[in-house]
This record gives sequence, structure tokens and C-alpha cells, in this order.
Amino acid sequence: MKILVPVKRAVDYNVKVRVKPDNSGVDLNNVKMAINPFCEIAIEEAIRLKEKGVATEVVVVSIGDKACQEQIRTGLALGADRGIHIETNTGVVVDSLQVAKLLQKVVEAEKPDLVILGKQAIDSDNNQTGQMLAALTGMPQGTFASEVVVADGSVNVTREIDGGLQTVKLQLPAVVTTDLRLNEPRYASLPNIMKAKRKPIDVKPVADFGVDMTSKVTVIKVEAPAQRVGGVKVADVAELVQKLKNEAKVIA
Amino acid sequence: MTDKLIPDLEMNFQLYDVLHADKLCEHSKFEEHNKDTFSATLATAEKIATDLFLPHNHIADKNEPTFDGHKVTMIPEVQVAYNAFCEAGFIAGRYSFEDGGMQLPEVIMTAASAYFMAANPSTTSYPFLTSAAANVICHFASPALKQQFMPRMLTGEFTGTMALTEPHAGSSLADITTSAVKQADGSYRVKGSKIYISGGDHELSRNIVHLVLAKIPGGQPGVKGISLFVVPKYRLDENGDAGDRNDVQLAGLLHKLGYRGTTSTALTFGENDDCHGYLVGEEHHGLRYMFMMMNEARIGVGFGAAMIGYRGYQYSLEFARDRTQGRHADHSEPSKPAPIVLHGDVKRMLLAQKSYAEGGMALCMYGSHLIDRVNTCDDTEEKHALKEMLDLLTPVFKAWPSEFGPKANDLGIQVLGGSGYTREYYSEQFWRDNRLNPIHEGTNGIQALDLSFRKLWQKESLGLKILKREVEHDLSQVVTPKTGAMAKELVHYLTALHEIIVHVSGTIKSEKQVTLLANAQALMNVFAQIVVSWIWIRQASVAEQKLIAGNATEKEANFYKGKIQAAQYFISWELPTIDRDLKILKQDNDVCSDMDPDWF
Ligand SMILES: Cc1cc2nc3c(=O)[nH]c(=O)nc-3n(C[C@H](O)[C@H](O)[C@H](O)COP(=O)(O)OP(=O)(O)OC[C@H]3O[C@@H](n4cnc5c(N)ncnc54)[C@H](O)[C@@H]3O)c2cc1C
Ligand SMILES: Cc1cc2nc3c(=O)[nH]c(=O)nc-3n(C[C@H](O)[C@H](O)[C@H](O)COP(=O)(O)OP(=O)(O)OC[C@H]3O[C@@H](n4cnc5c(N)ncnc54)[C@H](O)[C@@H]3O)c2cc1C
Repeated sequence: MKILVPVKRAVDYNVKVRVKPDNSGVDLNNVKMAINPFCEIAIEEAIRLKEKGVATEVVVVSIGDKACQEQIRTGLALGADRGIHIETNTGVVVDSLQVAKLLQKVVEAEKPDLVILGKQAIDSDNNQTGQMLAALTGMPQGTFASEVVVADGSVNVTREIDGGLQTVKLQLPAVVTTDLRLNEPRYASLPNIMKAKRKPIDVKPVADFGVDMTSKVTVIKVEAPAQRVGGVKVADVAELVQKLKNEAKVIA
Repeated sequence: MTDKLIPDLEMNFQLYDVLHADKLCEHSKFEEHNKDTFSATLATAEKIATDLFLPHNHIADKNEPTFDGHKVTMIPEVQVAYNAFCEAGFIAGRYSFEDGGMQLPEVIMTAASAYFMAANPSTTSYPFLTSAAANVICHFASPALKQQFMPRMLTGEFTGTMALTEPHAGSSLADITTSAVKQADGSYRVKGSKIYISGGDHELSRNIVHLVLAKIPGGQPGVKGISLFVVPKYRLDENGDAGDRNDVQLAGLLHKLGYRGTTSTALTFGENDDCHGYLVGEEHHGLRYMFMMMNEARIGVGFGAAMIGYRGYQYSLEFARDRTQGRHADHSEPSKPAPIVLHGDVKRMLLAQKSYAEGGMALCMYGSHLIDRVNTCDDTEEKHALKEMLDLLTPVFKAWPSEFGPKANDLGIQVLGGSGYTREYYSEQFWRDNRLNPIHEGTNGIQALDLSFRKLWQKESLGLKILKREVEHDLSQVVTPKTGAMAKELVHYLTALHEIIVHVSGTIKSEKQVTLLANAQALMNVFAQIVVSWIWIRQASVAEQKLIAGNATEKEANFYKGKIQAAQYFISWELPTIDRDLKILKQDNDVCSDMDPDWF
């Protein structure tokens, strides 16, 4: 069984980003970049499936300029077998739909049994690539996964939904997107970093895929969230209830 | 937009722009590596340090390990962090591929250690001590002994300690009384007491391998009669795993100023005359073995001190950017309090911290890179020369950062004002933790004596000659105006250094020698401040060239300007403080040496 794991190069979660003065986006100059944390969870799940003997090959794919090979290498150092880099020019913005269409081509070529993606990326927070890919490829989808069990040509995906947990059974091949509690990703160990050096990364120019790369999304304005104002201390429960009722009006 | 521990800009500047550490990969020893494997190694170090070491640094300080007479208990976070460190392969990092390691250069291991030391020095002690103990076993133990203990130490299943100090013998290891008596089976029975042994007991690993200095009866008195033994907490069973309990007992835990998360132990060996020990190498060579591994260990202590200093600097910088007090000096916005980072005196304190912390960091990275240069040098004569320079500089690598790191932390407290004095803020812990470093691994007093009476003169001062060569080479590379002005200042002091060394070489041979025993710290100060000035000029030179090249981003340009400014701070505020020391040495000042204990 082959698993495809798309990974996105995103701002490291420890970085406090700053909005550019012209409100066109956030300043990414000399900012620490890393694998999007949800993608890391996706890699971890794929590797665990391989370690359990369920999967035989894990392929990571990333779309972006040369720099994103760093994240592919990290994926390989975590235990993936090989990488695919769909190379764009530096500075090109790739929207979710373009990503999904490019991944569709990769799926057609690679024919994976399972595609595991992060549910969203911590930079744009769109939460749509996995769903779009499922629609484009006609594969069933299990989003927000907190548990993934593969058996007999299908996969049971336990999903985190508002009311609790829901388990769906999908025929393979299928698309799964990961939620935060699916697993705890490992660290790339030194021996695996060395092994990763020898694993292949197949670099393909984005032009080879015949996907229309013109963006359908226009960013109008990026603004920092409003500064949080300090809270108040209440004397007792009665005052809290009174405030929730009369000021916040969240309880009747 | 700060990275949590050490910004990539800083690390990459030190490793690649200043030291060109990637060039090491041209040597066959490191040919398996490249910049990518180095970066990936550091990324894992940073991640584990940030996720698992940093969060419990303060918690471990508040909740020291305890001993109930049977077992040591500590907060569970330490075990989690320790396991991740070991599983990632960091203990084995510097060891050869044949030994199951990653054959990483010393300078990369040092760079990786930066994140752990900045995050949590106490928890970091356990794997670091293990790596250091394994290093001694690797180099000097018989193949059989090595095979028994080293593989399990490199995976972290067994931890290690260095058990040298005894209640009556700290600086004077010649006076230790722990004994080891040979048995028919070739093993020894060890008996005696050790104190201050870091990591001497805990439940983090399945076994604890003590490296114990002891005397074999009948040997020569003093240091020539000291041998080194492997003494495990549990003897090995037939599978080589921890078996029966050996006769090593924890007499008690010590309660320290800082480094509270690390157990400091008083250990009793052979209370029931059944403590099995195994000789490392040959009899009576123990101290030599220990000292041959000392360069790495001492650079490690100095570097740790620099990194705790660095963390305190970053912490106080963040505070100073947020804290408002007073008004803008230029009377702009008179109705609004100004962030204290704008006040001249606060800038002074921050610059001092920056110059001490980054100076110590650059100094020790130069030192560990020097070890790599020695290890990869294929020309016998040059190798020997570089080794001499390494020996000469080692007391500086240890003593300078461990003096100036705590100084930085002291200023860090001051920047926080009243907050810095409370335990609600971390500054006081940084200072307490760092205060250990001038004491252990040879006190700074002993380092000054080592420099003044041995290292400056050994091998006909070859080390000094090579150092002079290196410094002159670097100064000849300075092509930019600001750094040029600093270099000129340094040249003046290099002449002064030369003169004072000539003078001291006379003092040492005269009846005034006793004055040098008292004034060794002054000589250390002169020598070390000059060395660190050179280290700062190396950084400033690169930074200024990058700035002039003109293709730096705004953030990079600010970084380079900061480097130049810190170098200028060091050259104008710190370097001239040695005028006092030069005077004391020139006079063979006898105020301290003449002081009679009865006069106190
Ligand atoms: C937290 C901590 C961890 C430690 N970990 C370990 C460990 O893991 N293993 C281990 O073996 N030891 C360890 N030590 C012990 C440490 O190495 C000693 O404390 C150190 O060597 C100093 O010895 P001492 O404490 O006996 O002081 P002393 O040797 O009594 O020194 C007291 C003072 O006298 C000065 N002095 C001593 N002799 C001379 C001299 N001849 N000339 C001039 N001045 C002199 C010293 O510089 C010092 O200022 C640790 C200590 C501490 C505090
Ligand atoms: C143990 C303790 C006991 C105390 N007891 C009392 C008490 O009994 N009564 C009482 O009223 N107070 C008390 N204090 C408060 C103490 O006087 C203040 O902490 C002190 O005045 C510093 O103020 P701060 O802590 O707000 O620091 P800040 O004023 O915020 O100073 C922080 C740093 O900025 C520097 N700085 C601030 N403004 C400027 C400027 N304009 N130019 C240059 N540098 C500047 C300071 O020198 C300091 O290094 C106590 C504090 C402590 C820690």
C-alpha cells in the first residue's frame, strides 16, 4: 500500500508574525520556516502505518520554490521513502485550488491508496485542500481525523466533529485530513537525517503539469488582530453569573 | 519576531560566516556530511529543546529531586526530555559511524548543545555527563570494557558520571583516598567517598556508570598514583544488562544555589566491601586520561555559561522592549512613558550582556572548531602546533565565559529592576544556575594558575606563537573602516601583552614568583580580554563586510549593525579594563601575596 503525504512549508509555529506595513500580507523575510504542524501529523501517521506493516511506501510531495526541499528532506528524515518537489518560481502564490489540481496529477501518476493531508495550514488556515482533492479525484474523504484504521481495502476514520466523534468507513483509495489529536509526531533522529540524504527527491517544474496557475483569489487586506484588552477579576460566582447574563448576554 | 532560544541568523552567522564550518565536509572524516545534515541536526536539537526542555526549566528549579532513603524522585518531565534527547541520537552524535555514532564535527555538536543549554541546563546535564563519560571509555578502556558499557551509554540506556571530587580533595585531586584493590579475577574492589557527583543517582536510566578516580595501594603518592575505574550502580548480567546491585550507595543529595534539577550526590563506594570496579586503561594513568578529555569538557562548561548568559540577555531584552518607564530622552511624546530599551543606561546593560554572551558563544565555537581542525589536520607538524594552541586557550574557553556569563545574568536582573529580584521572573534563576560555572571543572582560580604557570610556557610557548599567527592573520584580513579602528586598538594591546609576558617570564624565575601566584587572575584577565577582543573583531569584520556588500535584508542589516556595535562596546568598554591588570603585573604587585592570614 502506498501513501502520499503532501507537506507545506509554512511559518514556524513559534514565530510571532508581523503584518507588513502595506497590509499586503505578513513579513516572511528571514523568518523561521518549518513543515506545517498538521502536515507533520500526516507524515507521522503514514510512517506509523508503514511501521505497522500496513503501508509499504510513503511519498512526500511539496509545492513551492527550491526552499521547500528542506521540508521534503525533513519528511524523509522522519521516515518517508522518497520525495516529489513540484517547483514554482520564488514568490509565486499558489492557492488551495491550484495545489489540489497539482496533487490530482500526482495522484494520477502515483496511484496512492491513501492520501493523508493536514486539515489546514497554519499560515492561511483555509482548510480546503484535502476536500478539493477528494472532489477532483472522486475519492472518498475523511476529514479532521483523530484515528485512522486501515483494514481490508478500506479505512475507518474517526472524525472530530462538534458533537463528539464520528467514524466513517471509506473505500480505498481515499483522502484523509489530520486533526491535532491524531498522533504526536516524532523528532527527526540523527541516524535518520543521514539516511534521508540518500533518499531521492524528484524535482518537476510546475509547468509540466498543465495546470492553470493563475490565482482565483485576491488578497485585499491583511490586518493584525485587535489587541486583547485586559480582563476583570470577579469577586464571586454570583458576580460572574450576573456579568454573563447582563453584560455578555451569553446566558439567559 | 524572536525565535524562542537562538535566532537562526545568529547560529548561521557563527557557524558559516565566521567559522566556515561547512568546509570541514571537505575532509574525509566528515565527507558524509553537508550543510543540510548540519542544519537538520540543529533543527532537531532546537525542536526538542524548545518542546521538551524549555517548558520545565523553572518547574525543575522549584521542585528539586528528593531522596527518601531508597530512591531519588524528580518531576516526570525530565525523563520525557531525556528520552527524546537519547532517541534522537544526540549522545552518540560525535562518535564514529563504527561506534554507532553520527561522526558529527565537534563544532556542530557544540552548536546543537546551545539550544539545550539555553533551554534547561539542569536536565541537559544528564545526557551531557553520559556523553563525556562515554568519551573517556571510548578512548582509553580496553576493547572488552568498551564493548560492555559504551553502546548502552550511547543509546542512553545507561547514564554516566565523573566521580573525582572527595570531601577533602577538590582542587587537589592528588590527595584523594578512595582505594581500589585488585582481585584474582582482574577486577578491583573500590572503597571510599565521593562528593558533588552530578547525576550520581536517579531513576532516569537502567544503570549508572561511574568513572571513579581511586588509588591502588603501593602506587606512587600524588597524581602519579591515581587510576581510573568504571564502577556501575548495577553489575552487568549475562546479557550485559543491569543485574545485581553493586555496592555504591547514595549517602545523600546536596542542596544547591542553582542547577537544582541535576542531582548532586554524596556517594559511598564499598561500604560493605563489595564494590566492583573495572580498570580503565593502565594502572596509575587515571588522571592523565581524565585530563586528555578535558579540552572538550572545559569548552562545554564555558559554552554552557555563555548560553545561560545568552538566554538571560534575550529575556531581559524582551522585557526592556515591553517595559515603559520615564520619558523619551529627545522629549518626543512627553505625555507617554518610553520603553526602557530606549534609555541610554539600559542600552549599556544590554550591550554589555550581548558582548559577554555572544562573545563567549563565539569564543567556545572557535574552540570546538579548533578541535575539529586538530582532528582533521593531515600535516603532523601543523596538527601538533594547533593542539598546542588549543591547550593554551582551553583555560580561557573555560574561565572567561564562566566569569562573564554570570556577569551578564547579573545585568539581566538589573534591567528587570524590582522584577528581576523576584522569583516570579526567570532572571534570578539564570544567575543562580550560571554561578556554578566558575566553580566546577577546575575553579577559575585553578584555570588562572594553569595558564600563568604552565600553558603559556609549555613546548617553548609554541601555543602562543600559533595564536599570534592566527590573530595576525585575522587582523590582516580586516578591510573595513569600523573594524579597522578596532583592530588598531587591539594591536596596541597585543604589544602590551607581548611585553607583559616577557616580564612575567622573568618574575616566574625570580623570588617574586609568589606574587604571580596571587596575580594570576590579572594575567588571565589580560590574556582572555585580548583573546575575546580578537574574537569580536572576527565577528565585526564579517558583519561589516556583509553590510557594505549591500544585499542584506533589513533584518540582516540590523543584525550586522548589532554585531559591530557590540564589538565596539567590547573594545571601548571592556578591553581597556586590563590596564589595571597590566600595571599590577608590571609592578609584581605584592599586596595580595604579602597579606598575612592573621591580618584579616
Ligand atoms: C554543582 C556542582 C557539581 C559538581 N559536579 C561534580 C562532578 O560531577 N564530579 C566531580 O568529581 N566533582 C564535581 N563537582 C566538584 C567540583 O569539581 C569542585 O567543587 C571543584 O573542583 C572545587 O573543589 P572544592 O569544592 O573542593 O573547592 P576547593 O578545592 O576547596 O577550593 C576552594 C577555593 O580555594 C581555591 N583553591 C584551591 N586550591 C588552590 C590552590 N592550590 N591555589 C589557589 N587557589 C586554590 C579554589 O580556587 C577555590 O576558590 C561539582 C561541584 C558542584 C558545586
Ligand atoms: C525586595 C524589594 C523591596 C522593595 N521595597 C520597596 C518598598 O518598601 N517600598 C517601595 O515603594 N518600593 C519598594 N521596592 C521597589 C523598588 O524601589 C523598585 O523596584 C525600584 O525603584 C525599581 O523600579 P522598578 O522595579 O519599577 O524598575 P524600573 O523602574 O522599571 O526599572 C527597570 C530598569 O530600567 C532602568 N530605568 C528605568 N527608568 C530609567 C530612565 N529614565 N533612565 C535610565 N534607566 C531607567 C532602571 O535603572 C532598571 O535597570 C522594592 C523592590 C524590591 C525588589
